[in-house]
Amino acid sequence: MTTLVDPSAPTAAPRDNIGVVEWLRTRLFSSPGNTILTLATLVLLWFVLPPMANWFVLDAVWWAAPPEVCRAAEGACWAMIHEKHRLIIFGRYPYAEHWRPFVAMLVLIGLIGGSTNRRFWRRELAVAWAAGMVVMGVLMWGGVFGLTFVETALWGGLPLTLILTTVGIVVAFPLGIILALGRQSQMPIIRTLSVVYIELIRGVPLVSLLFMASFMFPLFMPSGVQISSLLRAQVAIILFAGAYLAEVVRGGLQAVPRGQVEAARSLGLGYWPTMWKIVLPQAIRMVIPGIVNSFISTFKDTSLVAIVSLTDLMLAARQAVGDPAWRAYGLEGYVFIGLIYLIFCYLMSRYSQRLEVQLYTGRQRL
Amino acid sequence: MNKLASILAGAAVATMAVVSTANAGAVLNAIKQKDFIQCGVNTGLAGFGIPDSQGNWTGLDVDFCRALAAAVLGDSKKVKFTPLSAPQRFTALQSGEIDVLSRNTTITLTRDASLGLHGAGVWYYDGQGFMVPKKLNVKSAKELKDAEICVQSGTTTELNLSDYFRANNMTFKPVVFATLDEFKTAYFNERCQAMTTDASSLAALRAADARNPEDHVILPEIISKEPLGPMVRRGDDEWFAIVKWVLNTALEAEEYGITQANVDSMKASTNPNVARIIANRDEMGVKLGLSPEWGYNMIKQVGNYGEIFERNVGTSTKLKLDRGLNAQWSKGGIMYGTPAR
Amino acid sequence: MTTFEDPAVPSEPPRVAPWNNPSVRAWVYQVVVMGLVLALAVYLINNTLTNLSERSIRTGFGFLDREAGFRMGESIIPIEPSNSYGRAILAGFLNTLKVAILGIILCTVVGVVIGIARLSRNWLVQKLATVYVETLRNIPILLQLFFWYAIITGTFPNSQEAWKPLPGVFISKSGILHAVPVADPAHLWIGIALLVGIIATVFYGRWVRRQQQETGRRPPLLGPALGLIVGLPFLVFLGFGAPLAWDLPVMGRFRFTGGQEITPEFLALWIGLGLYTAAFVAEVVRGGILAVDWGQTEAAGALGLRRGLVLRLVVLPQALRVIIPPTTNQYLNLTKNSSLAVAVGYPELTSVTDTTLNQTGQAVECIAIMMAIYLAISLSISGGMNLYNRAVQIPDRR
Repeated sequence: MTTLVDPSAPTAAPRDNIGVVEWLRTRLFSSPGNTILTLATLVLLWFVLPPMANWFVLDAVWWAAPPEVCRAAEGACWAMIHEKHRLIIFGRYPYAEHWRPFVAMLVLIGLIGGSTNRRFWRRELAVAWAAGMVVMGVLMWGGVFGLTFVETALWGGLPLTLILTTVGIVVAFPLGIILALGRQSQMPIIRTLSVVYIELIRGVPLVSLLFMASFMFPLFMPSGVQISSLLRAQVAIILFAGAYLAEVVRGGLQAVPRGQVEAARSLGLGYWPTMWKIVLPQAIRMVIPGIVNSFISTFKDTSLVAIVSLTDLMLAARQAVGDPAWRAYGLEGYVFIGLIYLIFCYLMSRYSQRLEVQLYTGRQRL
Repeated sequence: MNKLASILAGAAVATMAVVSTANAGAVLNAIKQKDFIQCGVNTGLAGFGIPDSQGNWTGLDVDFCRALAAAVLGDSKKVKFTPLSAPQRFTALQSGEIDVLSRNTTITLTRDASLGLHGAGVWYYDGQGFMVPKKLNVKSAKELKDAEICVQSGTTTELNLSDYFRANNMTFKPVVFATLDEFKTAYFNERCQAMTTDASSLAALRAADARNPEDHVILPEIISKEPLGPMVRRGDDEWFAIVKWVLNTALEAEEYGITQANVDSMKASTNPNVARIIANRDEMGVKLGLSPEWGYNMIKQVGNYGEIFERNVGTSTKLKLDRGLNAQWSKGGIMYGTPAR
Repeated sequence: MTTFEDPAVPSEPPRVAPWNNPSVRAWVYQVVVMGLVLALAVYLINNTLTNLSERSIRTGFGFLDREAGFRMGESIIPIEPSNSYGRAILAGFLNTLKVAILGIILCTVVGVVIGIARLSRNWLVQKLATVYVETLRNIPILLQLFFWYAIITGTFPNSQEAWKPLPGVFISKSGILHAVPVADPAHLWIGIALLVGIIATVFYGRWVRRQQQETGRRPPLLGPALGLIVGLPFLVFLGFGAPLAWDLPVMGRFRFTGGQEITPEFLALWIGLGLYTAAFVAEVVRGGILAVDWGQTEAAGALGLRRGLVLRLVVLPQALRVIIPPTTNQYLNLTKNSSLAVAVGYPELTSVTDTTLNQTGQAVECIAIMMAIYLAISLSISGGMNLYNRAVQIPDRR
């Protein structure tokens, strides 16, 4: 006699459709080609991972130790980071005053972190930024409230990198908007000037701009004009970022339907009110991820100021490994600051991706 | 329209503000006004110009700027240092970024004639040499055929190097770096089989940057004359004269035996030369545009040339450089201070 | 009594004061902006000229003809210290082109592979590709260059203990040296044979396609193509009596000489730029593939095409349209980033110009030359890519 299976009763899935086996089968061994690929990758990893793990972790000197201990060890010498981390992170800023750039850095990171939360996208945020900038300025320069004055030539390390980036993007943003509007303008001369500026700046390497700003600037000025080298590098970064932001904003402007402009004009709004109240709010909203990406590239690009002798994170690290006792451990220094850059940029790029999904909800077909 | 007008007005004000700060006057006036000297130095060459981890600068070239500040502003601390790599230094001086360049820089005809610079005198007589790892067992630069040689870009050494090999009919391969930092890292990582630069710099690098100084030898050949000294921009004779005389006074002070220790008692000296330097006889300093106390301040705060030399690169330091050519002319060297007469 | 205007009668356009006339205002704005820009330019140029003459710095481009006096580490064209600055800058420019072109090839190959791997159904491959992209694109390129250079000069052996992975190949701190055939007149003819082979293959390929369309049968392609491209030059090689002399690197007192050399400086720059840009190209490729409607893949699958063929024949040709513009941007970035070679001592344009600037003191002229050359490279790459873009664009069917 046959037993009938009750069709409404739940049946267990076939064994190889669940659990680890299923996971492995569908993801790694779904076809002969896939199996070969998986095996090849595993072999590659077998050759790469163990030596790396040995160097990074197992054979490394993790604790504070003199360079002789490192020389005896096979792996990485993290003792070097232990010895030099303050020089790498704060550069030549006076040692006893390191808490000041540290606090300034926290303020800046706090502001950036706060700005990522869309609930805070209000007018008060601008006030918070302004206040934060003042606090940072006071901390970094000093000279008031009993803080000793520290000239910009001594600023360095991660705080300098963060300041160059943030100030760069914040100031370049209005410049970028003006250039983008200029490029879309009906007026031929303004359009030409904007295009020439954007293409000129985008066509040359940042290094050459920085070199000009750092060493040739006084040649363009009447004699006697003194501007600190930090400020000049900052201006070069702003001019550079402005051209790239202009292209980002232009993308947003092109995406705003023409009807919006026509509707605004038919209501009697002039050019600036139309742009300011109707077009830009929509355009900028659409390109916020692009702006965050510009922020990431600017953050990475600030490392080039090392070439013109500003002690940013990069140059500070190079100076730290210039110490003859620790020179053999340059790689460790690079890995250390590489991780710092990686963490900052990765977090920002994840944020940009998330924002993209949130902002495009209901806009994209899919 | 209002907006436009205000922008225009703003631009005009800004332009005027910039113009009004323009100062056709001498470098000296500007220095007195800002109350410090901006001095271009090396990025980090032990004995010549190097910052410690607190950012305090030391070195032969650095002390020249201190002496200058003591003479001009009465205080050897009133000087700010701009670290410069070899390719950056002349642009920085030409453009007015720095007031004086004191960065083991060779005085040459080209630099005076077409770079708009002016060598103010020789602070260190040097010559270009080679350093090789001892294990290569090289005894002479003539054996360096086909070697890879690390050299810094934009230096006289880069040019001398190719001239020397051309003259000796040898080939070589330069590995050129823009900064001292990359240059020495490459050599000590054995990217090159030899490095070339001024002999004094070789000694400094061997003493301060080699893990084990005995592993490197400096070859006997000196292939060029490298008179190193401070440079100023052309077009300001007063400033040039001050830099020149601060240099020569440091030499003269050594010759007459005026030291940091005895400068106070020497003030009463009857030797007219000594009196001209430290006791304001004939008001020479004032005629140069300095204060009556200039020579005294300089020697008291920084010392004479011999003291500066011994302190930074002399036999008691890790560089262990002999005075050699840089001894006084009366002691077998060629340092010959123009007389304070 | 009020009069009403007859709406049918055309009225004169409303008269407006000139300052309210939009087109007049537009011109006023433009003239003012232009004036400001010109004033700024004149101001800066004037300052510069005054400063240059005050400091008696030489001006003009006469220095380009003067003897440079410095030796370059590597160059494509023969160059001696007795050559002029102009030729040195040209050699630097060619070095820039060399690293840019080879870098573009590297970043395209790696980028496409990684981009496709990012979409792989194989979990391991997909995750590895993601790690690659996220790591490399989030670390500054300058740091990566320092990193690669430190790896090469730190871990490679000295010339005396060079690695010999293949006969005639030596790897050391002095770079990779490999044997090259000694120059022989046969090479020219082999090259010509290769060219003929390639052209013939292209025509043969067209014929094959036509045959397939007309008869539905596909004549063999791979065999004849191999025969033309490999066999033909080989026959010529044999015809010349198989000249097989090799220029082998020989260990001298310090290092290997002879053969062909790939310097560590070039290697670090090439690998650094190529792998960094590849991470961006991979993202572009992934985006391009995702932009192709999934229905296309399903339809192709329904026709019985294998996955590889679906990718090659259906998805990639459509994705290319989306991929090309942003990829061009990446190529431009790579070229501009090659200016960072100063950090690793590769004598490209920026490095040679810096040296020239320092020997001659003519900063304004040198920087102007350098910027003009980069600008020219940028504009020609983007121009060329625009042309190509137009060619692969699917004709609009609106």
